[in-house]
Order: sequence, then C-alpha cells, then structure tokens
Amino acid sequence: MTEAVTNTGGDWLRLIVGLILVLIFSQLNALFLVWLERKVAGHIQLRYGPMEVGPHGLLQTIVDGIKLVGKELITPFKADKKLFVIAPVLVFMPVLVPFLVLPFGPELIIRDMNVGLLLIFAFSTFSVLAILVGGWASNNKYALLGAIRSVAQNVAYEIPLLLSVMSVVLMVHSFKFSELVMAQQRIWFIFLQPVAAIIYFICATAETNRAPFDIPEAESELVAGFHTEYSGMRFGLFFLAEYTNMFIVCAVATSLFLGGWHGPFGFSLGIPGVVWFLAKTYFLLFVLMWFRWTFPRVRFDQLMNFSWKVLIPLSMLNLLVTALVLKFV
Amino acid sequence: MELFLFVTFSALTVGSAAAVVWHPHPVKSALFLILSFFSMGGLYLLLQAEFIALMQVLVYAGAVMVLFLFVIMLLNLKPRGEDRAAFKVRVRWAVPLVLFFVGGVLTAVTGALARLAPAGSHGPDWVAAQGGNIRALGRLLFTRGLLPFEVTSVLLLVAVVGVMVLAKKERR
Amino acid sequence: MVPLHYYLLVSALLFAIGVTGVLVRRNAIVIFMSIELMLNAANLSFVAFSRELQDLSGQLFVFFVMVVAAAEVTVGLAIIVTLHRNWKTIHVDAIRMLKG
Repeated sequence: MTEAVTNTGGDWLRLIVGLILVLIFSQLNALFLVWLERKVAGHIQLRYGPMEVGPHGLLQTIVDGIKLVGKELITPFKADKKLFVIAPVLVFMPVLVPFLVLPFGPELIIRDMNVGLLLIFAFSTFSVLAILVGGWASNNKYALLGAIRSVAQNVAYEIPLLLSVMSVVLMVHSFKFSELVMAQQRIWFIFLQPVAAIIYFICATAETNRAPFDIPEAESELVAGFHTEYSGMRFGLFFLAEYTNMFIVCAVATSLFLGGWHGPFGFSLGIPGVVWFLAKTYFLLFVLMWFRWTFPRVRFDQLMNFSWKVLIPLSMLNLLVTALVLKFV
Repeated sequence: MELFLFVTFSALTVGSAAAVVWHPHPVKSALFLILSFFSMGGLYLLLQAEFIALMQVLVYAGAVMVLFLFVIMLLNLKPRGEDRAAFKVRVRWAVPLVLFFVGGVLTAVTGALARLAPAGSHGPDWVAAQGGNIRALGRLLFTRGLLPFEVTSVLLLVAVVGVMVLAKKERR
Repeated sequence: MVPLHYYLLVSALLFAIGVTGVLVRRNAIVIFMSIELMLNAANLSFVAFSRELQDLSGQLFVFFVMVVAAAEVTVGLAIIVTLHRNWKTIHVDAIRMLKG
C-alpha cells in the first residue's frame, strides 16, 4: 500500500493501463447491467423487455446514455449549487478505487495489497456520504428523507457485513485478496461459512440500496429518493455508480465465498480463471435482479429491526463459533 | 516526490481544518472536516502506517463524519444564530493567544528532539519479517495491548447503552 | 524521508486550529468537530514519533484513540440531539442552565 504511493518504480505503467481498463470496464459493465436488468424484469413479467435497438435490444442502453448526455442539466433555484454539482462526482469516484484490488484472475490484480479488503470497505462508505450530500444539497424534502434513510440503513447493515467478512478473514489470517482466494482452492468458503455468506449477501443487497431494501428511493413514498432533483448526466452518474457498486459487492462475494477464480472443488475444467470469476460474479448479479422482481419492498421499521435484532446477533455468534472452532479443532 | 506529496497532503489537511472553524455553515464545516481527515490518511500512508491510514478513512472520514452530517441534517441546522461580528472579534483575540501557547510547546518539544534516538525494536525490517504493518500491529495489539483492548470493548458497550438511554424519548 | 519536525509542525497547526475553534465558535456541533481536530493532531504526532523511534506502540495508541473517539462521538452527538430537543437550539450561549 505504501509502495503504491511512494515507490516510483516500473509499476507506473501497470497502474495507468489498469486505470484506463477499469474506466472502460466499469462503463461497459454498467451499460450491460442496465440492459440485463430490463431483460430480467421483462422475462419475469412475461414480456420481452427492450427489443428494438440491436439484437435483443442490446444497444438500447447506449442509445439511452446518449439521450441522457443530451438532456438539460437542471439545478434547482434554492439548491446549494456547489454541493449539488459535486455530489454526483463524489459518488462516482470512490467506486473506481476497489477495482485496484479486485482479483479477476491469478495474474489479473492491478495491485495485490496487504490491506485490499479493508480498502474496499473504507471507500464504500464514501458513496453514502455522497448520497447524503446530494440529497441535502437538492433542498427537497423527498431527497433529504431519502438520503437520511439511506444513511440509517447503510450504518445498520455495515456492521453485520463487516462481521461476516471478519469470520472469513479469521480463517485465512489475511486481508490480501490473492491469499483469500488461494485458500479456497480445494473447497469454497460458502460451504465452510454458509451463515456468513448468506448474511454478507443480504447486507450487500441493502448496502447497494437494492429491492427489497430500496427504501431510500421508494418511488411510492419518496418520488425518486435522494436523486429526485437530478437530471441528465448527473442522474446518469448516480445510476452508473449504483450499478458499478453492485458489481463490486458481487465480485467481493465471489472472491470471499465462491472461490474467486477457482472452479468448484479444485476442478477448473480447463476454463481460465477470469472466466470463472466473471461467470460467478454475473450469476450473483442476476440473483440480485431476481430478488428485486420477487420480493416486495420491506417497511422501514422492519428493515432496521431485521438488521439490529437478527443479523447483528447472528453474525456475532457466527464469528464467535468460527473463533472457537479455529482455536480448539 | 515524497516531499511533494507531504506538502500537498498537509496543506489540504491544515487548510480544510481552518475552513472547518471559519465556515459559518455547519454542513460545510463537516464536509471540510472530512476532507481534512481524508488527506490526513494520506499523511499516515507516507509514514508507513497503512492500517492506521485505512482506519482513518474508514472510521473517521467514513463512520464518524457520516454520523456528524446525519445529526446536522436531522436537526436541520442553519448558519444563522451565530453572531458573525462577535465571532470575528473572538478570532482576533484567540488566534494570537493560541499561537503563543502552541508555539511555546513546539519550541520546547523541538529543543528536546535533539536528544531523541530510535529506541524501539520495530524497525522496517522487523515489520517486514512479521509480514507487513497490519500483522505486526495485530501481534502487538493482542500481546502488549491486550488489557487496553479489552477495556475499550467495555467502553464501547457502555457507549452503546448510554446512547440508547440518552436518545430514547421519554414516555409520559 | 520527510523529517519528523515537519510532521510535528503540521500537528501543532492542527491542534492550534482545533483550540481556536473551541474558543471562537458557539455552535455545539462545530465545537465538537474542533475537538476531533485536536484528537487527530495528537494522533498525527503519535504516528510520526512511532516511525522516528521505530516503535509500533505509537500506532497502537492511535488505534485506541480512534476507538475512544468513536465512542465519544456517539455519546456526544446523542447529548447534542437531546439538547436540541429540550432547548430547540444548540447555541452554547443560549443554554445557560443545567436543568432542562
């Protein structure tokens, strides 16, 4: 980590190429995910979803993106101008950082840091901050309510998230992604830590504000939540950040619980690691979308009670049991 | 390179810290404080304290400041209510006074710095042998720092209970 | 390597700003933020000395300071929320009595 800042050795090229690749990948991924979401939604509701532009509507989101860029950027008269403009940028910058440490394949990590996992969680808190700033700066009661709900929810679900991750870290003795994945060569951690895996995935759904936990942008109560006042590409940045965030939480879930670039039980079947990794990540993303069109939205008090009274005690218990088993077995 | 980064980070830290005190709006103050804490994380990185740097970002810039902003927005605090003219008078009195005392402490400390010599056994080689900063710190935390560690966990529990009692609405 | 006294200077400046903030501001939350600044100034010199003395105990200490600061912030903010509930203001000059 320190070297990343102070060492001016030959790694600069790798870092810059990595950064460009990350930018391209995150854009393409978001475009693809938006298309996938609409397709999944369509098929679950027994319709086709977008079909007009490109084969099976594959180019639909690109056209939508061009439309968004062309739209007028409206700044509300009574909004806090500076913060209103900064918030979308603030929400998009931190979601790019985790790509530096995500293990796409054995050789495909831009920087395999000692503190990789911590880095991801440190920067994931910033998107909450940006949501809060954006919601407050809009000077709109729906936006502020959405932002405040988002913070309360994120704070509540971050605790069981970190606790469930800790029980994996306890088994590997490392925050380094390469070591976390290498430890799963024989058996994936989802089989050793099923409770932690389930808790992680529930919390990840809540952290990304996805249905059934999409209280911050519940359209039936809050118009559009924290981004009510945003239009054009500023709204587009919030949208891109949300989908990139989804990819990140699923990628972390893949490398922590589903063996990262490894095939099941040590069989790689001749398929390269990066394909395994992406296949598992996109499967998890599909499950997230599946959730959205299956479960109805929960009420706010149900949401908070579920985290504080069920998930947190459960994840603590899980951590305790893990520690005891590691110590005595 | 390192000096350049140091100057950038410390200028950001000190500059935005000054803005925290100067800015009349509490929300802006809190945002400047986040910037200040974040660039302080950069300073910790330059000091080879990776774990502390990340904790600075995670705990301070993330959790603590989100809490501050949350409360400020919840109470809907506005800049009015504070007398700006009186504030400027107080600044005129306070700044020389504070600079005098802190400058005095700084000179005293710098005088003693000459007698300072590396006394500990945790040089860069030792940290590398332990497998990095985070492992070295962990080892130290659960040996030398075990008692304080346990005590802080009790403190956290007390804080949780205390906040519940304070924040609960009285039912009559 | 940036010498120790540069870091100490930054730390001292931060501390001075924190003290000034407590002295000149009247908004309880801003005062609270200034206190956080002072804590952080202390942390910075802890870490700087830790490198200079080659002793990790300094970083250990910072870890504990952070934990205590987090606990302190939650309790302090809860007090401020209660103050605001009872007085409808958090202007420290307006809050003169201990009994609400």
